[in-house]
Amino acid sequence: MSLDAFKNRNIGSQNYVPVNIENYPTSGWDKFKQVVKRGVGKELFVGLWVVLREMLKFKIHTVQYPSEVLPIGPRYRAVHKLLRLLESGNERCIGCGLCEKICVADCIRMDTRVDENSRKEVVEYSINLGRCIFCGYCAEVCPELAIVHGSRYENVSEQRAHFVLKDDMLTPIDFLKQQKEFSGFGALSPNADQLVKKTPLAY
Amino acid sequence: MELEVFIIQTLVKILVVLLIFSALAGFTTYLERKVLAFMQRRLGPMTVGPFGLLQVLADGIKLFTKEDIVPTNSIKPIFKIAPVILPATAFVAIASVPLFPEFEAFGTTIHPIIVDSNVGVLYVLGIMAIGMFSPLLAGLSSGNKWSLLGGARTAIQLLSFEVVTGLSILAPLMLVGSLNLIDINDYQIDNGWLVLTQPVAFVLFLIAGYAETNRTPFDLLEHEAEVVSGYATEYSGMRWGLFFIGEYVNMYIVAFLTVLIFFGGFGEGTLTDGFCYLGKVLFFIFLFLWTRAAWPHVRPDQLMWLTWKVLMPLAVINVVITGLVVMF
Ligand code: SF4
Ligand code: SF4
Repeated sequence: MSLDAFKNRNIGSQNYVPVNIENYPTSGWDKFKQVVKRGVGKELFVGLWVVLREMLKFKIHTVQYPSEVLPIGPRYRAVHKLLRLLESGNERCIGCGLCEKICVADCIRMDTRVDENSRKEVVEYSINLGRCIFCGYCAEVCPELAIVHGSRYENVSEQRAHFVLKDDMLTPIDFLKQQKEFSGFGALSPNADQLVKKTPLAY
Repeated sequence: MELEVFIIQTLVKILVVLLIFSALAGFTTYLERKVLAFMQRRLGPMTVGPFGLLQVLADGIKLFTKEDIVPTNSIKPIFKIAPVILPATAFVAIASVPLFPEFEAFGTTIHPIIVDSNVGVLYVLGIMAIGMFSPLLAGLSSGNKWSLLGGARTAIQLLSFEVVTGLSILAPLMLVGSLNLIDINDYQIDNGWLVLTQPVAFVLFLIAGYAETNRTPFDLLEHEAEVVSGYATEYSGMRWGLFFIGEYVNMYIVAFLTVLIFFGGFGEGTLTDGFCYLGKVLFFIFLFLWTRAAWPHVRPDQLMWLTWKVLMPLAVINVVITGLVVMF
């Protein structure tokens, strides 16, 4: 796309009001006139009217947090999860060790062994959340979409260690049905089309 | 016998007024939060009790149980006594304000005013002015530069606005010819509301009232964005709470005075008039909250400019014109 396409600010029928900033008064008489205009003129009363109007309209925007929560974007990187295969319920992680290798904070530790069917099995997997910087590289590099970032941001516990062991991160087998697929990096929020708008400002 | 009845009646009235206004001060904080919240499209306190009504109680418990910190470098006796002055003067001032027209109950006529003094207005304004010593002394004794600045601003505000209060109220008093608040109320039964004949005085008095009660747009004393919390920076717990009670009681006094002097007070004094009277007072309380939501506050230099160059000359001209009208 050429730059012209970005410079074209056809913002459609949105209701933008350009703000007209007047010069500051310099002489005493100008200041006096400004005070009269603001005090006796409309400005003070417009202010009063605007807040009263909002009160009467009663369009409340409060989110009463613990009982109501806002949806979070798909790119949000909260505490990690290890996912399972949806059909068989087997663990997705194949123990390739890429996540351990790429981690910038060097905080993933895993231990693997070859089981009786000559398959590689992950016996231990932990992330030291005291060091993790939530960069998301581990989830990006994982070839099996096994380690992902969850969306749980309410973490209350007596110890940090309560979120970081394999058992804490792995989807419990009973909850397989509720396991949500990670939409991945670069995913747009579902209502992105409504949120992204052109503004009158040039780039 | 008469004397004993009088003493007991007065004591009961004092107790009732104290209780009602302490509770009202608390309730007004709730009202203020709600009104401000609605005007800013928020809900305000919601979790404690139905619609957050018990928030006042929770705040009370918090204030009473909080640690009472007295800073090492403060001047301790003054630091400790300063918060008492504001609510004390506010409650003393309210003694001379008629809170309701007289009514019949328990077989006697009850006058809901503690002292029906013949210099009512002067008394109320004088005592309220003493209340300004509270932030001033608090600021000077705290040993904190923000407090000191807040205290200095108190002095500015006091010096500037006492003049305007006095001068603005002089013109209506010239018309009435009495300082007694009940006389002023009775005058308006025959002659119509004083706001109609003295609109300038009304506006000036209201502006000065905002400054005296330290409310937006004149809340220089503890403006958070500039001086942390002004004179109250070092205070915590109930000492800080006392400042608040004082401020809210003062708000009620200014609202009562405005209604009494300019908006016909309780008129004839029937029960309906009485409730109308309280309604008008509540409107002015609402106005306090309303302006707080809508208006920014002024700088100290703008405050001085406004007082000495605009409001005071206006008040003087108003007095002169009223004087000429009364004479001829
Ligand atoms: S998010 Fe980043 S720092 Fe945290 S475990 Fe993954 S790669 Fe390491
Ligand atoms: S989580 Fe993914 S990247 Fe890490 S070892 Fe398992 S399969 Fe490999």
